[in-house]
Amino acid sequence: MTTEGAGSVNMTEYIQHHLHHLQLSVGDGVFMKLNLDTLFFTLVTGLIFLVLFLRVSRRATAGVPGKLQCAIEMVVLFVDGLVKETFHGRSKMIAPLSITIFCLVFLMNFMDLLPIDLLPWAWASGHALTGHDPAHAYLRIVPTADLNTTFGLSLTVLLLTQYVGLTHKGIAKFFAEFLTVPFQAPGPVGKVLLAPFNLLLRLIEECVRPVSLSLRLFGNMYAGELIFILIAVMTLGAAFAHFSTYLLGIGQFFADFAWTTFHILIITLQAFIFMVLTIVYLSIAAESH
Amino acid sequence: MIPNITLVIQGLAFFAVVLVVMKFGWPHIIAAIEDRQNKIAEGLSQAEKARKELADADARVADEIRKARTEAATIIDKAHNQASEIVDKARLDAVVEATKQKAIAAAEIESMAHRAREELRGKVAALALAGASKILNREIDANAHKALIDQLVTEI
Repeated sequence: MTTEGAGSVNMTEYIQHHLHHLQLSVGDGVFMKLNLDTLFFTLVTGLIFLVLFLRVSRRATAGVPGKLQCAIEMVVLFVDGLVKETFHGRSKMIAPLSITIFCLVFLMNFMDLLPIDLLPWAWASGHALTGHDPAHAYLRIVPTADLNTTFGLSLTVLLLTQYVGLTHKGIAKFFAEFLTVPFQAPGPVGKVLLAPFNLLLRLIEECVRPVSLSLRLFGNMYAGELIFILIAVMTLGAAFAHFSTYLLGIGQFFADFAWTTFHILIITLQAFIFMVLTIVYLSIAAESH
Repeated sequence: MIPNITLVIQGLAFFAVVLVVMKFGWPHIIAAIEDRQNKIAEGLSQAEKARKELADADARVADEIRKARTEAATIIDKAHNQASEIVDKARLDAVVEATKQKAIAAAEIESMAHRAREELRGKVAALALAGASKILNREIDANAHKALIDQLVTEI
């Protein structure tokens, strides 16, 4: 994990370069920008997941299964059991949704385990080869370390939560619950008095959920990526002539090894937490108060 | 760090993946799993049934053997009884036959002795007559003296 170019030894520059998205402006303003790297690696991980999953499901046999089928079945059964335990409504979508979240988030997180400079270095080299300035070859390969991805996921989950709530309760009951839950009063006067507070609490609740859901995942992955960058900084601009390079190199190896090992746990756990919270939110939405 | 339009695309892409998985992936895998579960359950229940059948067959065989054994025992018993019966009957028959033969023999002996005695008596009478005639030196008319002779005979 050595860094390119002994010339640019500036640590701040290196870190900022690593945290910069490859962006494409599609309109005016800060909002009208596409993070091409995030989109690309989402596409790649999504395709890996879909191809594996669909191939196995196409060839799924009730007979003796292959190893890949066994592995996917284990995940499927695990998710299915979890969903059946938690979610008591009727919905065909929730189990596929859960397994998609788990696998997709895991795969996106997994990009963090790739050597931090590997793909950016390849990208920069490609830039240099085609005659562009490698200093502008930005690339961030972990889609879940991008707020857009995590917010995209959690907002989709929010919309699905509303949809499940609507279909399970019916329109009247669904909107009535905005005003009558959780504070309840016996008389009509009390009900009217409490309605604004119920509505306020409900709106806060609905807003907080996607924010906490996405920020949790984003925070963990961003911090993880940052620590990988900081570990990489140890030998930034190092030369073979210096003795400190070897000392720091060994230190960097052990730090990287330890953090990668620990990160395996984190990426799995974060994918799992995202999935479980989604199931919980959906089951809360499906249940009448 | 400010969210941008990527967010919308990410959300849509995610939802598209969910839809594809829901339509084309999940049902197949769950169906295969459930199929296999059914197959395994079926196999297990069949094994259990076969085990029970085997136990049943074993019990039946043991039962059959026990029955055959008791039957053999009864047959042997019966044979013994019959044999002793036959022996008894033979003995009885023999005894009866012997008694009968003895009786016949006794009767014959009696009749022969009687006949011999009669013969002897006749001969004695003739002898006595001859002796008497010799003594008297004359012919005794047998018929005339028949009564006398008969008396004599009975006296002998």
